[in-house]
Amino acid sequence: MVREYTVYGNDFVRAGEVSGKIKTILKGLGYPPEMIRRAAITTYEAEMNMVIHADGGRVRASFSPEEVVLVFADQGPGIADLNLAMQAGWSTASETARQLGFGGGMGLPNIRRYSDALDIDTKVGTGTTLTITIRPGGRNL
Amino acid sequence: MNQEEYVPIYLNISQCVGCTACMQRCPTEAIRIRGGKAAVMRERCVACGECIRVCPHHAMEARVDRLDQVLGKYKYTIALPAQALYGQFPGIKTRSPVLEGLRRMGFDEVFEVATAAEVVSAATHYELAHGSIPHPILTTVCPVVLRLVRIRFPSLLPHLLNYRSPMEMAARWSRQLASRKTGLAPEDIGCVYISPCPAKCASIQDSIGTLKTALNGIVSVAEVAPRLQAVMDGIEDEESFPHSGAAGVGWAISGGQAAAVGESNNVVASGMENLIRILEALEDGKLSSVELVELSACTPGCVGGALTVENPFIAAARLRKMMQGFGPSVPVSDCPVEDMRWEKTPAPSQVLRLDEDLSRAMEKMDRIRALADSLPGMNCGACGAPSCKAFAEDAVTGRGHGARCVFRPDTPEHEVL
Repeated sequence: MVREYTVYGNDFVRAGEVSGKIKTILKGLGYPPEMIRRAAITTYEAEMNMVIHADGGRVRASFSPEEVVLVFADQGPGIADLNLAMQAGWSTASETARQLGFGGGMGLPNIRRYSDALDIDTKVGTGTTLTITIRPGGRNL
Repeated sequence: MNQEEYVPIYLNISQCVGCTACMQRCPTEAIRIRGGKAAVMRERCVACGECIRVCPHHAMEARVDRLDQVLGKYKYTIALPAQALYGQFPGIKTRSPVLEGLRRMGFDEVFEVATAAEVVSAATHYELAHGSIPHPILTTVCPVVLRLVRIRFPSLLPHLLNYRSPMEMAARWSRQLASRKTGLAPEDIGCVYISPCPAKCASIQDSIGTLKTALNGIVSVAEVAPRLQAVMDGIEDEESFPHSGAAGVGWAISGGQAAAVGESNNVVASGMENLIRILEALEDGKLSSVELVELSACTPGCVGGALTVENPFIAAARLRKMMQGFGPSVPVSDCPVEDMRWEKTPAPSQVLRLDEDLSRAMEKMDRIRALADSLPGMNCGACGAPSCKAFAEDAVTGRGHGARCVFRPDTPEHEVL
């Protein structure tokens, strides 16, 4: 089963709606609670990254009994130094985003921590695609 | 009573005209209109009482005991007044007329739930510093929160404060003290809670953390308040005998529990929509730097319960003013603190799951979407479901009852099944 969504850049009113919809689907399908929690955290962080850094993008969520694969594709600025971006506390968020309480530098580190597999395809000036895999019975919180 | 059998809200069927007011406002979409009458889906009901509040015909009622059923049933009867009761009366400055009035009404003794709330507050303070519950700790005094977490946010179950409520503790504590004082056997002592809301009643019927409740009855503030008013005349309106302090009484107003616990790094929210948003945020990991989350289904806290009579904000203001005249809390000895922890861990509810089998659940979800997309999306409720999406869900999951969409009469439910 596949669902696709649009995330709107710098729109802090809609921000979180896509991860909310994905959570509702996960609960309706009956995935285990611990997996839903990890999916909630990772999708929310990935969605917020798109809102804050990439002027939005597209989300494709594929659901199967074995795993949920979430692809977040944007045409934003790309990540210049992936190692830095994966460090807790490091952020390039704008002043506006920080004033709204975002930009804590925990986005990618949390996505890595709570996912069972993470692939990051990024190119400066072209965009970033995150592929997040979450499995029932995967890593524990 | 078995959890699956108990419905906390029941319909006075002759009063119901099938107007959809309750169905449209139910926060968990637990109500349908069937054959021109409202029907509550018990497994989805969180007992918040919103339907009781909004029904213009007063057809929705909470399952509570009547005073006549509980008074005189036991050799010795203890009233356990919820803190919210104190704020219901316009003519009084202190709670003395309430406490004394309850005795005049026929209770042998009054034990403030607020007193137990102070003990639970102190224990929560200790739990925050030394306990093993992952932070933020989510308070559980509001039974609606408990039910909602089980149904919609099962991944948050480990965050729940696994203590019995002050109501439950007050019953255990007061019975023990009264048994010692009177020499009566514990089973001859009746503990009756005076409740501001239907959820408290539900929580003793299908208790989530407690195996067997210590309460013998629950009556509503709405029934007690006018009877109290009638016997209050002439009672001295001065703070006199030992009472609980403002910390315990403040629990009736949203934020009071966090204040009593003494945790300033807290998030406090009240009202169904707000508490659902906070639970979503907690699930998304947004509140990881917070220590305590206090949620109540009613605004602004228990004073706004569906079984109260006074306007919630007036009651809260009155209670705050009353609390200014309180002395320090008077410690009551021998609280059975060793009995405070839940003896069972709540299990997630599977109510929202479309099918036991994931592949079949996906098929159903696709069919629901296809059907919902073919409907007008006006959520008019004429079919008896609160939204087009709910209509589609009912049809695909077999909960449908042959109702049709008035705009798409060519789409009867039974054809979709």
